[in-house]
Amino acid sequence: MTVTFPQKGLPWLLLLPQLVVTAIFFLWPAEQALEQAFYLEDAFGLSREFVGFENFIDLFTDPLYYQSILTTLFFSFSVAVVGMSVALLLAVMADRIIRGKLAYQTLLIWPYAVAPALAGVLWWILFDPSMGPIALWLKSAGVDWNHYLNGNQAMILVVIASTWKQISYNFLFFLAGLQAVPRSLIEAAAIDGASPFKRFWTIVFPLLSPTTFFLLVVNLVYAFFETFGVIDATTKGGPGQSTTTLVYKVFDDGFVGLDLGGSAAQSVVLMGIVGLMTVIQFRFIERKVQYS
Amino acid sequence: MHKLKLASVVVGLSVAGSALAATEVEWWHAMGGANGEKVNEIAKNFNDSQDAYEVKPVYKGNYTETMTSAIAAFRAKQQPAIVQVFEVGTASMMAAKGAIYPVHQLMRESGQPFDESTYLSAVTGYYTSSEGKMLSMPFNSSTPVLYYNKDLFKKAGITQAPKTWQEVESVSKKLQTAGVTCGFTTAWQSWVQLENLSARHNVPFATLDNGFGGLKTELAFNGPLQVAHVKKMGEWQKSGVFSYSGRTNDGAAKFYSQECAMFTESSAGYAGIKRNATFDFGVTELPYWEGKVKQPSNTIIGGASLWVLQGHTKEEYKGVASFLSYLSRASVQADWHQFSGYLPITHAAYDLTKGQGFYAANPGTETGVVQMTTGTPTANTKGLRLGNFVQIRGVIDEALESVWSGDVDAQAALDTAVERGNSLLRKFEKAND
Repeated sequence: MTVTFPQKGLPWLLLLPQLVVTAIFFLWPAEQALEQAFYLEDAFGLSREFVGFENFIDLFTDPLYYQSILTTLFFSFSVAVVGMSVALLLAVMADRIIRGKLAYQTLLIWPYAVAPALAGVLWWILFDPSMGPIALWLKSAGVDWNHYLNGNQAMILVVIASTWKQISYNFLFFLAGLQAVPRSLIEAAAIDGASPFKRFWTIVFPLLSPTTFFLLVVNLVYAFFETFGVIDATTKGGPGQSTTTLVYKVFDDGFVGLDLGGSAAQSVVLMGIVGLMTVIQFRFIERKVQYS
Repeated sequence: MHKLKLASVVVGLSVAGSALAATEVEWWHAMGGANGEKVNEIAKNFNDSQDAYEVKPVYKGNYTETMTSAIAAFRAKQQPAIVQVFEVGTASMMAAKGAIYPVHQLMRESGQPFDESTYLSAVTGYYTSSEGKMLSMPFNSSTPVLYYNKDLFKKAGITQAPKTWQEVESVSKKLQTAGVTCGFTTAWQSWVQLENLSARHNVPFATLDNGFGGLKTELAFNGPLQVAHVKKMGEWQKSGVFSYSGRTNDGAAKFYSQECAMFTESSAGYAGIKRNATFDFGVTELPYWEGKVKQPSNTIIGGASLWVLQGHTKEEYKGVASFLSYLSRASVQADWHQFSGYLPITHAAYDLTKGQGFYAANPGTETGVVQMTTGTPTANTKGLRLGNFVQIRGVIDEALESVWSGDVDAQAALDTAVERGNSLLRKFEKAND
């Protein structure tokens, strides 16, 4: 459906509020970061020196930076996959409940209201090696839990802490998606003798693919950019650099270390990565999605 | 006639009103909880003691947040007159010559009586220029000490608190035989196990007098003493003599739960330990390696100091100067020291506290002060002045963790940390030259 406007000015006028918001809150800061990335500046902004690509060269000659990219990819996909699988499972089960449905669903949505840093502190307490209930339980089960020393365990901790609240969000979308699947299709398959598992995989899951794709994009963006609060509250990027993701590094170098140029250069690299991710997602993955 | 009377009353009132309007001095700080309430009380007492100035304390979050917001405010020309900055931010503040108003200069120009010799040099040394002038006012300073669980010691038949690291090892083994899981744990590993280890043995942590001599300083903590200590701690981590418990002071949990019998932590941790320990505990000086030093030197401080920022009126600075004088008063200092566990910053406050019998009534509270004031500070024990120090500590944390986990040996880990730290120092030098 196409709408034609009699004058040329009106569509622009209607778009204006959105354009202004985009310009002020997205384009301007992005431009600032881009500019800052080429300067070396002291924290107070008293002196400023143009250094060309030096900040970028520093970044790409640092083997730890590549390590951090790998850590980020592993972390982000873990968060997305774990968060979405658990949410899908919960949504499928919630969809089948007959009694107490509303209460069950409401309770599952609750964690989304918890602030990331708070979620971090919560899991940090639960997993504290000397007093955390989960850590103590793991110890009695023979697992020597100490995420202060063990990088893999630290990674598990940040993945759990970051995933937990995201499950609620994913759950909500999956539940809505499930409720939109026509009952007649499932009943027809059931009459043809398809098992519940087969019905799910051949009918429900493909019909959910737009939701799944949307959630994949949202979850990856979340894991990439919004998890530094959780990491700061749980592991502070350690032990070693085993949980230092790219965005945590931006936060740590920029806000804690006050290295504005280096931090800005990292932001520019992140912007590039997001651009690339978006292209990949929409060019290759979206093709497999069936919109009804 | 009535009108005239009324008018004169109004005029009179407005004159009185303007005389009452005290000059406001904003003070951004990072003291939360009980210490934060004490800060408010100190400011209130100052405000009540005179009516020319009004100090307004504003809590700005933790140390990093406070410093970052003050810097952001400075860039936006909205900076407070006083800001509390942690010790690792000292070099960044010092290098920002156009942003800070050195305390010695402020005091002189505001006509406040100010005698630097009344302050404890071991405390103020961290914050003085290479000419020995005080640049910021120490506020809350502490130093690492060793806390030990007297009940567990008794159980293991140990009568004396360990003085040396050799004794820490032997005591820990005795404790382990008696069924204790771990000998000791530490808070702030870089500060306690490297920075203060170096000072205690009078060994440089960085070249050019630990950075006091200029921006060209290079890290030197990969020397034989530090490597030997870190190596030993790596072995202890395996045998359970030592148990790592994170980068900050989370290790307190292991001490409280009696999992570890000893804990190296800031002297300012005293109040927290006293509140949480369900056992009898003692405080003793930070251990040293016997044979590596004849007489252990003083340790260095941590904590924060108050910096005065540029861009305010003369009247406000007079207020700042008079507030800093007030803060240095023996009674105010002694009260703050006794309440918070931070070190006193003047000789008078120390003497007053002693005279009041506080140390006798609270054994262990004097340990930090005594340890700080043994001997005259040398170039290696005056403090550390390193740019990008927050990040360098991060690098050190990573290196130490790689040793504790057994992935890298001590020499290689410290060599890498020195190399990475040096490039951070060069970056700072370039940005501030």
